[in-house]
Amino acid sequence: MTAQVEYRTPAQKGGKMQHGNREAVLDVRNLKVYYSTPTGDVRAVDDVSFKVYQGEILGLVGESGCGKTTTAMAILRMVQPPGGIVGGQILLDETDLVPMNERELRNIRWSSLALIPQGAMNSLNPIMRISDQIREAIETHEGKQKEKKIRERILNLFTLVGLPSRIYDMYPHELSGGMKQRVCIAMAIVLNPSLIIADEPTSALDVVVQRVVGQTLLDVKNRLGVSMILIGHDMGLQAQLVDRLAVMYAGHMVEVSPVGTIFKEPLHPYTQLLIESIPSIKERKPLKLTEGITHDLRNPPPGCIFQARCPKVMDVCRSVKPPLEEIKPDHYVACHLYD
Amino acid sequence: MAPLLEIKNATKIYGGGFFRAKHVTVALQDFDLTIEDRPATITTIAGESGSGKTTLANLVLGFTKITSGQIIYKGIDVGTMNKQQIMDYRREVQAVFQDPYAVYNPFYRVKHIFDMVLKNFKLASNKAEGRALIEDALNVVGMRGEEVLEKYPHQLSGGQRQRMMVARAYMLKPRLIVADEPVSMVDASLRAMILDIMLRLRDEHNISFLYITHDLSTAYQIGNQIYMLYQGAIAEAGGTTEVIENPKHPYVQLLIDSIPVPDPQVKWGGEDVLTLDDEQARVDVKSGCRFYGRCMHRMDVCLTKLPPLYEVGPTHHVAACYLYDKQHVASPSPDDVAPTPAHAQIRTDNQIGDLYEKEPKV
Repeated sequence: MTAQVEYRTPAQKGGKMQHGNREAVLDVRNLKVYYSTPTGDVRAVDDVSFKVYQGEILGLVGESGCGKTTTAMAILRMVQPPGGIVGGQILLDETDLVPMNERELRNIRWSSLALIPQGAMNSLNPIMRISDQIREAIETHEGKQKEKKIRERILNLFTLVGLPSRIYDMYPHELSGGMKQRVCIAMAIVLNPSLIIADEPTSALDVVVQRVVGQTLLDVKNRLGVSMILIGHDMGLQAQLVDRLAVMYAGHMVEVSPVGTIFKEPLHPYTQLLIESIPSIKERKPLKLTEGITHDLRNPPPGCIFQARCPKVMDVCRSVKPPLEEIKPDHYVACHLYD
Repeated sequence: MAPLLEIKNATKIYGGGFFRAKHVTVALQDFDLTIEDRPATITTIAGESGSGKTTLANLVLGFTKITSGQIIYKGIDVGTMNKQQIMDYRREVQAVFQDPYAVYNPFYRVKHIFDMVLKNFKLASNKAEGRALIEDALNVVGMRGEEVLEKYPHQLSGGQRQRMMVARAYMLKPRLIVADEPVSMVDASLRAMILDIMLRLRDEHNISFLYITHDLSTAYQIGNQIYMLYQGAIAEAGGTTEVIENPKHPYVQLLIDSIPVPDPQVKWGGEDVLTLDDEQARVDVKSGCRFYGRCMHRMDVCLTKLPPLYEVGPTHHVAACYLYDKQHVASPSPDDVAPTPAHAQIRTDNQIGDLYEKEPKV
């Protein structure tokens, strides 16, 4: 079946990126997104930098309210007032998205930067057939096309994400949650984007369906060589799907590393906490308790942002903010323990 | 002494009626469950969405009426209780819900939820006494009154709000708390705290829990007995450790294999999933095994009628699968798999599901 699906990887499309030499598709530099409130700015994303390489899945994890979704929305330039990007650069294929106007953004959204939104299955239009929704996306970007050609293209897409062809003329309510989720994945890849941002793509699904959707994502990545940012808080799922993992806490990036390394040897105390608190299905062990009160994001304390909850806090953490540094090859940590 | 809660042959059918007699959904079928009075236990009801977990919770809490069967609390059928008994039942059986954001009224300070309880159940004769009760309940969940009571819900974190819901339930000195997915919307790092509170209420205050969840790993950490539901019927039940470590029913095996392991070296276990992840085979009450369409070990006998529960291990470990019927198969082996097209018999007309057509890997 694979042979029939004719898709070019973005590498072939652009002609400049080769798999393996770690060309960055997305380069976020010192991104700051603040929400202004009457009592001061909420620093939802504060000085965050990271890269997404060609053909990899970058996992973005952290607790609710740590700025994962805000980061994703900022990359899509979809932060709504009172929020706004107050600083930094977002380079997609070496073009900065921050200064772009709405018309330029409309061109790159979906065609080079696709989103699988949170609760994606509720984002389908309930009164449009599945095929019409996908066709609309294609024709908005590529202009009107022949019925037969579009049909063939959409059916190819269905094969790619493991959907049966008979859903072509169906409405969203006729499909199960897992199928709707796969329709959203199909829509995200239809225009062959360089980067897909998937915001908790499996959060409302149960484990068996979650696994099917997860494997679909991996399959799509392997066949098309597309890069992805996978936002989530399920560490188990992240371990199964991503290549590199980025951990956020209170608007800051605290650790970025290949997924194998970070699970074997987490360096930042917050990452350690996060990994220890995963409930296990293999062994019954006493629960690990942590008191968790995050500081007010309007006036972060001087020094490290994790100082209030950190079990290994030192004096220097209360005054000096640790920068995100490469401690080991490809393993970045923001913590004074490794100075 | 009578068990604390006994559910006998509970069946809940939605829909139906004169004009729509064909459109029935069997949400729960012939469900049996017993929670002993002492010692207090945590009984887990697990299953995927649509398996009837929440229907069960709603039946126990009296939000929906049972179609047939009985719910017996301390020896009295809930359906035949008089006014006073219903009041007692409502006090002694409390609920903690899934979404700690939706249960609070944003216009009131959080103190309001405690005041309502004091007023409705006439727990305190004066303000000071009421305040002492609130303070005591908050202490159990590790919070202090002056820190939280005067705040509005939006000023508290999800974990704090969920702990306050547990405190509210505790204040009524319940015997049973129905916890419907209490940790699914709480952050991973704070989840352990809620689970720990449940354990302490069980051990120190003798409060039993009906813990409804789709997350088998938390159930594994704290549960005593477990009931795995599949489309309204028990697939497998028994002691939690026994069931999760030695699953017998093909569905439970699939479920446990599908839980992502938090270790990048260990990939998803078991065979590649063959699913039809659709509203499948929710056929009428008397037809065969509901897992038939997805099952790797299906046999012809599975279509004849719903398999009964077979004893498969210690701790009352039972599984509803003909693989464990000594009369039908001596030793289950993959050769017993029936030819695929046979499942067409259990299709209904509005069936939109289909087997996920697995492509040959090229």
